[in-house]
Amino acid sequence: MTSAAASPSSAGAFALRLQHVFVRMGVLPVLLVTAIIVFTLLSDNFLTEQNLTNVARQSTFLTIVAMGQMLALLTGGFDLAVGKTIAITSVIGAMVMSGYIADNPDSSGLAIAVGMLAGFCAGTMVGVVNGIGVAIFNVSPFMMTLGTASISFGIALTLTSGTPVYGMPDEFGSIFGFGVVLGIPAPVIVTIVLFLIMYLMLSWTRMGRYFYAIGGNYKASILSGIRTRFYLFMAYVLCGALAALAGILLTARLETGEANIGASLPLDSIAACVIGGVSLRGGVGRLGSVVLGAIFIGLVQNGMDLAQIQSYLQEVVIGALLIFAVIADQLRQRVLLRLRD
Amino acid sequence: MNAAGGAAQLGSPDDSGEPNLLLRIAGLSKQFPGVLALDAVDFELQPGEVHVLFGENGAGKSTLIQVIAGVHQPTKGTLRFRGMPVVLESVHHARTLGISAVFQEFSLVPTLSIEENIFLGAELTNHGFLNKRDLHHRAQDILTRLGFPLRPEQRVQFLSRAQQQMVEIAKAFRTDLSILILDEPTASLTERETERLFTLVEDAKGRGVGIVYITHRMSEIRRIGDRITVLRDGKKVATLGAREVDEDRLLELMTGRVISQVFPRIDYRPGEILLKAEHLTTARGDVRNFSFEVRAGEIVGLAGLVGCGKSEAGRACFGIEKLGSGRVFFRGDDVTEAAPGEMLERGFFYLPPDRRAEGLLMMSSVRENVSLAALRRRPFARFGFLNRVGERARVQELAKEFNLQPRNIERIVEHFSGGNQQKVLLAKALTLPIRLFVLDEPTVGVDVGTRVAIYEFIKALCEKGAGVLLISSDLPEILHLTNRVYILYRGQPRAELTGAQITQDRVLGHFFERKAA
Repeated sequence: MTSAAASPSSAGAFALRLQHVFVRMGVLPVLLVTAIIVFTLLSDNFLTEQNLTNVARQSTFLTIVAMGQMLALLTGGFDLAVGKTIAITSVIGAMVMSGYIADNPDSSGLAIAVGMLAGFCAGTMVGVVNGIGVAIFNVSPFMMTLGTASISFGIALTLTSGTPVYGMPDEFGSIFGFGVVLGIPAPVIVTIVLFLIMYLMLSWTRMGRYFYAIGGNYKASILSGIRTRFYLFMAYVLCGALAALAGILLTARLETGEANIGASLPLDSIAACVIGGVSLRGGVGRLGSVVLGAIFIGLVQNGMDLAQIQSYLQEVVIGALLIFAVIADQLRQRVLLRLRD
Repeated sequence: MNAAGGAAQLGSPDDSGEPNLLLRIAGLSKQFPGVLALDAVDFELQPGEVHVLFGENGAGKSTLIQVIAGVHQPTKGTLRFRGMPVVLESVHHARTLGISAVFQEFSLVPTLSIEENIFLGAELTNHGFLNKRDLHHRAQDILTRLGFPLRPEQRVQFLSRAQQQMVEIAKAFRTDLSILILDEPTASLTERETERLFTLVEDAKGRGVGIVYITHRMSEIRRIGDRITVLRDGKKVATLGAREVDEDRLLELMTGRVISQVFPRIDYRPGEILLKAEHLTTARGDVRNFSFEVRAGEIVGLAGLVGCGKSEAGRACFGIEKLGSGRVFFRGDDVTEAAPGEMLERGFFYLPPDRRAEGLLMMSSVRENVSLAALRRRPFARFGFLNRVGERARVQELAKEFNLQPRNIERIVEHFSGGNQQKVLLAKALTLPIRLFVLDEPTVGVDVGTRVAIYEFIKALCEKGAGVLLISSDLPEILHLTNRVYILYRGQPRAELTGAQITQDRVLGHFFERKAA
């Protein structure tokens, strides 16, 4: 309605600027600012250094998973198995680690390494299966990842009979769960390293560019000589691998291997991406915004904890935020169409 | 409604004094986001008249018929139907007035049967339940009356394109017609089916139906047209009697230029054989036993009706259409069913006909689109990583060469006009050392300026020694740009014409089942 040439009034120009910011960044800046103001007013403890460090550490798992989820979303799909990928990583990693240390009580370092590797491979395997199903057999990502989620969960439960796995070396938890280097929690450091690798991959390698291309226009990608099936496969493998890494960190934090963790992560990670402006149609999204999206969700959960909103109600809020973000995304598309000159 | 009858002479509700006019459109404009599709267009339709709309793709023909059919509402201007001002709110509303359209893009639901499609939105009911038997009989009646050999209970998804076209036409004839809109209805019909359609049109004319008819074919205009309205860039250029104009005049009106200004003179110097296809037969049977070759330094045309397999032949060479049998050679090497990546490496580029569906990442920038096929090469890559500085510089260069408007390579492709989007797609070819260009409908939906630029681009390619295979449904393009033409008819080669043999009559003559006029 407000055409660019309408009037040079500052209010109109400001509205237009806002629209441009909205189109480029999505709803995230608005949400972040709102959340910070609301929670600062609700609780005196919110805007303290200790609490914000807490938020950063709590958000690491979701941030890592969301970065993986972003790859699947970029190619025009999604991964509903990320939660159960974490479960199977946790269970297998913990079992191998505790089994190894039971046989070789003196080599806890080796036990940790072997256990982490086993867990990582198990989780990545879920991604490999997803990739094969989606890229080779053209199964819709919805059905494929829903199926592997059920399979992983079933295996994790069968292996543990539903009980937590104990007996891992203490160092595992104290280093990867609670360790602090230069005042920064270890999981946060891992997340920062992964973020840098992901940034490099998405912005400076062919693979990253091809993920955007495949989601942006699959047929055009084929005609441009891209091996679309391979890169589609890789998106799910990397998504699985990132979820597996998050699973290892979470296991270290909990100091037990559990089949019942990560249930909310598929929704939360997709929410983080969509709130961060990743298009559900694929081909569009920025890594930085996805990380902010994940931190935003962590912030909201933390703020609600401080404000003593019970956890069941928190689920309601997260669900509502997700739907709101999708509606805002649609609106953004429309504003974008109108702004095309 | 009442004004149409006997009270006509004595002044009707409006002062136009033309109660016999079916439709009068005055000062019609339609603004889409970023495009003025129609600009103050006048148009009128008399009962029993076939009024042809003529113009390039993107000239506004489609928008105009969509406004008449109630799909779009005009931004400005008035519509009078039988002398009464009307505002067509929807397709349904237009249909209740007897205005029906047969669009090129079918509005059929593939999973439903023919009869269900014909009555879609106007189902016959009995106390709120579907009256399936009645529906079946009425559908059968319509098909019989139209002379289409179709069974009403067949599912639409199993029909050929021509058969689907028939269903679409049957749908228009469902109601009592006053205005019938036909958008290139013969594009996928055989000559016999075309004749049948013309009889229907004559029949409808006799009953006082007004027909708006879009076609590019002179023979059809001569056969059934009464008047022609030429559109260009959303404006009405002229309305003429169909029998008083010749083709050159029409083309001039359509493009706004004399033909010699549109099509460049090209110096052909055929050299080595670049592409050689032997007994090409696609798995789906769209192309059968077609052998052809393209040499360096020539422009070879591939012509024929829509659905004749010309596009599939090009795609089969590029390895994206499955082959049943036959072999493809590129510069002597067997490249049968090689992957597109390998073809591009070897210097074989295919330009898809549908930019949105197969060509561009609409939500990505010009830079990312142009460089996409060449990311392994310099200057786009260095040490296995992307070289974004080199990328920007090279794409900037190409944007300048193609005169991209606006020249902002970070802008997303969606925000450019059709002509500029096509330039982006063509620029992509210049990021690789390409020897053979297969251009599939390279000027679809672009303005005249871009069209001329594209022809200059093709000329330059050819004169620099590249080979060009021009697959086109645009007859003037085939006639004026190529030095050799293959004509396909229903997937099979019909003729090969060279040099002076390439005349309109000879080319068109091979388009149809028997020799046409």
